[in-house]
Amino acid sequence: MPKKHLSFLLMDAPYEQARTTTGFRLVDAALRKGHDVTVFCYEGAVGLAFAKQVPHANAVHGRDVAQEDHPNPKDWVAALLTLAQEKNAKLVWIQCGLCVDERGVGECVPGAVRGSPADFLKAVESADNTLVIPTR
Amino acid sequence: MPGGYLLIESRDVFEGPTPFLELARTLAQEKREGPVTLFLVENGVLPTRRCPSSEALSALAKAGVEVLADEFSLKERGIGRERMIPEVKPAALDVVIEHMAAGKKILWH
Repeated sequence: MPKKHLSFLLMDAPYEQARTTTGFRLVDAALRKGHDVTVFCYEGAVGLAFAKQVPHANAVHGRDVAQEDHPNPKDWVAALLTLAQEKNAKLVWIQCGLCVDERGVGECVPGAVRGSPADFLKAVESADNTLVIPTR
Repeated sequence: MPGGYLLIESRDVFEGPTPFLELARTLAQEKREGPVTLFLVENGVLPTRRCPSSEALSALAKAGVEVLADEFSLKERGIGRERMIPEVKPAALDVVIEHMAAGKKILWH
């Protein structure tokens, strides 16, 4: 299968929905096949790449930070950006600027860029296919 | 763009309407739009277990719809092949990417 450009729109905030995990899995699968990918994060999804997420301990279960090994989606975003480089694929991770400002999550992992819904339109127009994963 | 649809159903039939089952059946009957695949993911895989709700999936398969279920979602929910109706086939999530790359029309519910 020749290299394609696939775009995705994510809307769910981190730590809330299985859709986030599935969205990450889809981007991962596309990159592993060598496709170029554009992800547009809208509304709560802009929190996925927020750089100030921190792992936490779990006092209820008596586990420290290392034992809890709490996953943070910012690390998954960073891992996908790294994977793209390894696979010689292009991953553009766009954060809706208005959504970022509303939520005060301007500090993003390196590689995520600020944009607007107009950038999603451009991505759709240039992509071979697009999947919108809407929130409920 | 080549014909054909991939409909992704992520919701549990027990928690609310799942219009994609009806949409898949209608598209398959029309035939003009090309082959139709229904991909079940997350709680959408729950009716793959043999139960009254799985009858709708069996009917779709008999109508010509390819019905697939995400292996990861099945594993998360402890649904083994022995509990599933035979008309549904476990599949990797890669199927979605393959359909996207092939230019199929793709919708998520």
